[in-house]
Amino acid sequence: MILRAEGLRKLYGEFCALDGVSLGVDAGEFVSIVGPNGAGKSTLINILTGVARPTAGSVRFKDREIGGAGPVRLARLGMARSFQLVQIFPDLTVLETLQAAVVARLGRATRLFASLARDREVDRGALEVAELFGLADKRHVRARALPQGDKKLLDVASAFALKPEIILLDEPTSGVSTADKTAIMDTLVTAAGRIGLRAIVQVEHDMDIVFAYSDRIIALHQGKVLADGPPATILSDQRVMDTVIGRRAATRRAPAC
Amino acid sequence: MKAGLAVALGIVAIAAAPFVASTYHVLLMLPFMAYAIVLLGLNLLFGYTGLVSFGHALFIALGAYTGAFLTTHAGIRSLEVILVTAAALGALVAIPVAALCVRYVKIYFGMLTRAFGMVFYTFVLKFYRLTGGDEGTPFLRPSLLGRSLEAMPKIDYLVGPYYYYSLAVLGLAALVMWRIVQSPFGLCLKTIRDNPVKAETLGIGVTRYRFVAFVISAIYAAIGGALLGPPTGNVDPTLAYWTHSGNIVFMTLLGGFTSFFGPVVGAFVFIYLQNWVMSIVPYWRLIFGAMLAVIVVFAPDGLLGLVTRRRPALAGRG
Repeated sequence: MILRAEGLRKLYGEFCALDGVSLGVDAGEFVSIVGPNGAGKSTLINILTGVARPTAGSVRFKDREIGGAGPVRLARLGMARSFQLVQIFPDLTVLETLQAAVVARLGRATRLFASLARDREVDRGALEVAELFGLADKRHVRARALPQGDKKLLDVASAFALKPEIILLDEPTSGVSTADKTAIMDTLVTAAGRIGLRAIVQVEHDMDIVFAYSDRIIALHQGKVLADGPPATILSDQRVMDTVIGRRAATRRAPAC
Repeated sequence: MKAGLAVALGIVAIAAAPFVASTYHVLLMLPFMAYAIVLLGLNLLFGYTGLVSFGHALFIALGAYTGAFLTTHAGIRSLEVILVTAAALGALVAIPVAALCVRYVKIYFGMLTRAFGMVFYTFVLKFYRLTGGDEGTPFLRPSLLGRSLEAMPKIDYLVGPYYYYSLAVLGLAALVMWRIVQSPFGLCLKTIRDNPVKAETLGIGVTRYRFVAFVISAIYAAIGGALLGPPTGNVDPTLAYWTHSGNIVFMTLLGGFTSFFGPVVGAFVFIYLQNWVMSIVPYWRLIFGAMLAVIVVFAPDGLLGLVTRRRPALAGRG
């Protein structure tokens, strides 16, 4: 198991955001975390990515305790994440954004006097990811000038440029048009295969995306795990249908996967 | 290519100034070159890392007082030794200051740096025996590359050897800074300026990089400060006063913090404009205040930004 959380509890004053959440992610899995607003999804992903420290419980990544380790250490350990609200470097070009990730991955970020322009390995690494995400033609465009869908892609692409072992995506398709959602997810899954990513965990509201791409779905409700299983099992769980997804989804058919 | 040509022309113009310009104007080039060094460092923090310091006069004064102390009290006249000592002391003082300040951003960072600047200002003002108090300390004429040049008339010394020495230090400082901003480290600073949260998720330790940028900028300020001393022959506490920190931020905004040479242009325009305005009206701060307002509103990228502003069609090109 590449990522394991045991008995996670998170209190914000009197409010209990997570209450005894346990989960595990195996190599090769695409896991989706779903739940209504306030279920604790964002808190969970913040704890899993070391941004927040749990009040109780533990998170282990590759058998190391990482509770509150912080994003810098986790990025170096092989965990990457993207945010719900798109995070870019507005004044950097697409290529520079990806170069920054490659430079960090290769441990060259502290080189004060080395020429970035002459570093072929960094250039190659950045271009490779730009091509994977269909951004190569826009490599000299500043991030602020990209359309919203491309901004989202760049955000995710920069996380992929770290060549992590696991990536945690907080609503990877939020804020993009319905037409772009599938394209983004297809690109993401293809890129994951190409860079040898071992696991993907996503928080997602769009149930079409969740059912189409997930190997396993974890449903949260009021800070607790309501259900944890493959899409077909989740679809047949009436409690999940009622509380998390809504009755509309009860008629949905599980995709053949 | 055009930028390279402009830089080459600029260097030729500065080098030719003693032959074609009046002594008065050549002497004004000396503080310009000293401030240009200060601003190259300050802009690593401001333009490249996104932190605005209102306390860098501390490091300018530290460099100037280092030179004054060494020449007056320690009998050391070598400008090379003075510059290296100023740089080392600048780094030494910057380490604890930066360690505290870079944990904060925006107004909190600005006010903290200003607070440290005011502490140092009070120190140089009150420790009379060491600093000469409000009268300051003489900065005796330093030797250049082992040559004493003591017998040379002061003006000849300043517009001759000292002028070209300052130019060489500026050239070297610009070259080193260019390498820094073009390096992987420089790219990481830009990621921190644009989005520190995102930078951390890429494994870039924001506090650590801000710290290094601060220390480098302090070294540059100390070196520039040491070069400010010889033309006047005296250093005083006003060098450490917070309005001096404000002036160098103004110079950076004036030239443009979004480009590498913007602050250098800002230093040049500030020095000559200040001199010109002061010769016409006594209220130069009134004129400069109005100018600052105009620049912030109408030319946020500064004077160099006006010249190099990209057309929309070219905006996509890196």
